[in-house]
Amino acid sequence: MTPAATALAVMAAIVAIGTAVGFLAGSRRRMDLEQWSVGGRGFGTVLVFLLMAGEVYTTFAFLGVSGWAYSRGGPALYALAYLTLAYVTAFFFLPQLWEVGRRHGMQTQPDFFSVVYRNPYLAGFVCVVGILAFVPYLQLQLAGIGIIVSVASFGHIGRITAMCVGTLLVVAFVFAHGVRAVAWVSVVKDFLMLFAAIVIGIGIPLAHFGGIGAMFAALAHAHPEHLVMPGATANLGHSWYISTVILTSCGFYMWPHAFGATFTAKSADTLRRNAVVLPIYSLTLALMFFAGFAVVLILPHFSDGDLGLLTVASRTFSPWFLGVIGGAGALTAMVPAAILLLTAATLFAKNLYRPLFAPGMSDDGVARLARAMVVVLGATSLGLAIHGGGTLVSLLLTGYAMVTQCFPGVVLGLYWRRVTGTAVFIGMAAGVLIAVLLMSTHRDPIAGLNAGFVALCVNFALTIAASLATRTDTAELLPGLT
Amino acid sequence: MRRPSLGALGLASLPFAAMCFSVALWDRVQPMILGLPFNLFWLTLWIVLTPCCMWGVYRLESSRNRAPDHDP
Repeated sequence: MTPAATALAVMAAIVAIGTAVGFLAGSRRRMDLEQWSVGGRGFGTVLVFLLMAGEVYTTFAFLGVSGWAYSRGGPALYALAYLTLAYVTAFFFLPQLWEVGRRHGMQTQPDFFSVVYRNPYLAGFVCVVGILAFVPYLQLQLAGIGIIVSVASFGHIGRITAMCVGTLLVVAFVFAHGVRAVAWVSVVKDFLMLFAAIVIGIGIPLAHFGGIGAMFAALAHAHPEHLVMPGATANLGHSWYISTVILTSCGFYMWPHAFGATFTAKSADTLRRNAVVLPIYSLTLALMFFAGFAVVLILPHFSDGDLGLLTVASRTFSPWFLGVIGGAGALTAMVPAAILLLTAATLFAKNLYRPLFAPGMSDDGVARLARAMVVVLGATSLGLAIHGGGTLVSLLLTGYAMVTQCFPGVVLGLYWRRVTGTAVFIGMAAGVLIAVLLMSTHRDPIAGLNAGFVALCVNFALTIAASLATRTDTAELLPGLT
Repeated sequence: MRRPSLGALGLASLPFAAMCFSVALWDRVQPMILGLPFNLFWLTLWIVLTPCCMWGVYRLESSRNRAPDHDP
């Protein structure tokens, strides 16, 4: 077999196995809305761990982080800090969130806002923000599938073809089996990813420099400035690092899918234990730094940062292993894409369309509409991925700037009795507006700070000020929250 | 919702101080430790230390949760 055929065959086999697992999982269960979207609220520590870990190890971690380590240098380190600190933050509000969710049968993020603040328009707004923030995130995953499969097939499968096939598979298994399918595919790809990450992170420096230490010694000699902030960038210094780490570690569980995954846990304690253990998972991310920094020396003049790692991998490893990387990488992009699609579709049907346009719709009707939306949203994001641009990390940071604006409403809603729905609405609207304005006029970072962080500060200040200014009726407070 | 204890919050703020706010102190290449630039070594070290801090937080919080008004 030619190298390309070997790589392709291995890759196709892995994707086929992953997809088959997705189709088999939960095929014997009746799929009502709760089963389809939160797995009947019966997932234990292990499955929740995998589901959440699966969301961390997306294309962003695999290609985005190594790509930024390669093209930007030091500033990419923010990823190591934020993934760890996100769990520290989560420890203090996820278990509480789960309690409230169980008491009121919540499945989604807007459910939380409509129960706590009793304001359907606020819930609708949260829904719209969530779906909008998903756009760059989904685009990132699909673009990742394109890059991974086309490089791993030695260019025999074009980026666009790969994106189309990947999207089709994702839509098919989400359409059929909902969240259980996603959890079990996630198990398959986590093991593969871990294997691939270890081999890449250790193998590339070893093959080209004789070891990780030797590689860093060479890099520290040749380009010491690349290893620290601001690296190869002009304005991503220490203040940017701090503001970005705060923004993203607060925003991590504000993604509607991560928020929704919270409700699939069996108990609040499951979530506490997860928050203690999960930071360890970010160790594998350090491996992506080894690989990304190695690429700096191997390919000093290469234009596309996100492509660097795979290009070096294709020159370093034998074709079958390239196939493993390609397959694991494709699943790594497909699992989060599936989760995003599933969440966006549920949000649209259950939290936007039904409450505002069709109050009489049955749960089965909502489930049907959600499935239809999976197809529509899949097609839309595929179109955007084919025409879109931006590095993988910058796409993710754009999403974070939007979605973290939900943070004040969640945390204050859990811990502060005086906060009101109107105030949260005002704060969020201002935050989203500022984030969008600053980023669309290319003023991110502004004064050395992450634009999303600036928007979050304004959001917090306005929410608190407006809450204090508006009269609070004790009957407005959620009884279970006191 | 009951607020977390001060001890738990204090312990949990250690990783934040170490990995986020003190960046200007550790964002250096030298000294290289275990073959890693100092900043990468520091962050990796704290990825390992963070679960230790959070385990302490977990112990503190779960002993509080065993108060009589809660389910066993």
